Amino acid sequence: MRKIFTLLKVQYSNMLEYRVEIALWAISGIIPFFMLNIWTNNNLNESININNTMLSRYFLSAFFVRQFSVVWVVFSFEEDALLGKLSPYLIQPLNPFFRYFTQHIAEQITRFPFALIIAIFFFLFNPESIWFPNLIFLFLSFISTFLSFLIQFLIQSIIACLCFWTEKASSIERLFFIPTLFLSGLLAPVASFPSYVKSWIYLTPFPYLIDFPANLLSGNKTNISVGFFMQILWILMLFPLFIKIWYEGTKKYTAMGS
Amino acid sequence: MINNIIEVESLSKSFNISSKLPGLRGTLKHFFKRETKSVKVIKNITFEIKEGEIIGFLGANGAGKTTILKMLCGLIVPSEGSISISGYLPYRRKEDFLKKITLIMGQKQQLIWDLPPIESFYLNASIYDIDKFEAKKRIKRLSDMLEIKNELYIPVRKLSLGQRMKSELIAALIHKPKILFLDEPTLGLDINAQRNLREFLKSYNKETNATICLTSHYMKDITSLCKRVICVHDGSISYDGELEKLLKKLSPLKEVLIVCSSEKDANKLENSGFKVKSKIKNEITLKIENKNVSSSLRTILNNYDIEDLFINEPPIDEIIEKIIVKKKYTF
Repeated sequence: MRKIFTLLKVQYSNMLEYRVEIALWAISGIIPFFMLNIWTNNNLNESININNTMLSRYFLSAFFVRQFSVVWVVFSFEEDALLGKLSPYLIQPLNPFFRYFTQHIAEQITRFPFALIIAIFFFLFNPESIWFPNLIFLFLSFISTFLSFLIQFLIQSIIACLCFWTEKASSIERLFFIPTLFLSGLLAPVASFPSYVKSWIYLTPFPYLIDFPANLLSGNKTNISVGFFMQILWILMLFPLFIKIWYEGTKKYTAMGS
Repeated sequence: MINNIIEVESLSKSFNISSKLPGLRGTLKHFFKRETKSVKVIKNITFEIKEGEIIGFLGANGAGKTTILKMLCGLIVPSEGSISISGYLPYRRKEDFLKKITLIMGQKQQLIWDLPPIESFYLNASIYDIDKFEAKKRIKRLSDMLEIKNELYIPVRKLSLGQRMKSELIAALIHKPKILFLDEPTLGLDINAQRNLREFLKSYNKETNATICLTSHYMKDITSLCKRVICVHDGSISYDGELEKLLKKLSPLKEVLIVCSSEKDANKLENSGFKVKSKIKNEITLKIENKNVSSSLRTILNNYDIEDLFINEPPIDEIIEKIIVKKKYTF
């Protein structure tokens, strides 16, 4: 635990060196606000029986969930593996993925004030959307956002490990990003999908990445126990897969570039 | 009796390598049907290293030196054969094994680029379960040895190459490893920094009895640190033994520069049966076999009027170049 805490402290110091970049990344994550504009201007919310205020809250929550669950480990890992930067980390008594994990957490902590400022601006333009979530729901949404981050981190780590075989694992991640974008609830609440599509979507991990935590935070109707159950189930399925692929992948490592 | 700390037997490593022909045709062919072939880069090598030894791995680029080091430290898995380091199989990367070793690559760094080195040191200390007080003591000790102090608080990106290398060494040695794998540690350093690094490694070896496996293209690194060398040629070991013995074998002649009192004496000496390398006026350079140096010099001093005399070893780089190029040495 001390290792992780020290790593987190060091990575946070490192992330503060990039505060301007992180502010820009936070701003670049405003897709949900564009989507809100499209939905409200076209009165699409009526089709799913949700009023404008609740829709605004949903997309603001989606923005927050996205800010604190965004994962980019595949790009860092691929660069490190292909350029041989992974080698010194591999011979340390700590799995290198802990470095990436704490990098993400440190980045999220750095992002927080910027995300808060964006939310304040959002409320200035949409005062009718101001709300303070119930503390229990706030806590549950925090937990589900973290679980969403874990699912995405595990999925991307598994894809990242494929670079032991394919060298360009980030291309596979690009492919994976398409369903994530459309089915996670970032562009539209999953409730807006036709029933037969929804029944399939809810079996995938995607709706538990944005839609479920965003609904919890915004106070929209959602099945809490099923949501958490599915999040934990996906983590329990992905984690052993990651361990296996990591173990097999490191046997293939050629320490290129060094 | 000193124990073997590294035992390598019949070790081989093959890589699958794909090749591509130049031009559009080659690119299209490469896209649709990639041709890969298995290349054996390390071929059935066997050696042992004793605790506390400093071993130099010599060889041309691509000979397989770095691949051997990577297998020894557990970064890559051997295709055939076995490696035992302190009783561990390196590629399993057990925590206890990893705490005993370190790898320093001249062209790669583990320090966090935007932070001062001291942050990386404390991070490594916690990774190796060293408490803060002990870490502080070790950092002080190593930074004193390497003569680096204020630089530890400056972001790595602003340090010179030499200062970065010293910091890399502290980061890599904070857990007091018993085995050091050094791949071109002096690469890119100026002469002073190279000498300091060599002195540091010598004293670290003396103080801790650590085993050091080193590859370098700077011959001074090898000659000043290693008593024993392993020459690698095309993935095989072409020589494994004392450096001194190898040098003697490869340079059986000494060059003796004799300054005669007159040109007449120099001419006389030139025609006396010695092997002459060059002659300029009254200065003549002879090539004399190592075993005959003293008797030949006695003859010359007794029979010729000599003003001055210098005995030179042939340049070490020339000798080592022979080692790198030649395939096999048997003694």
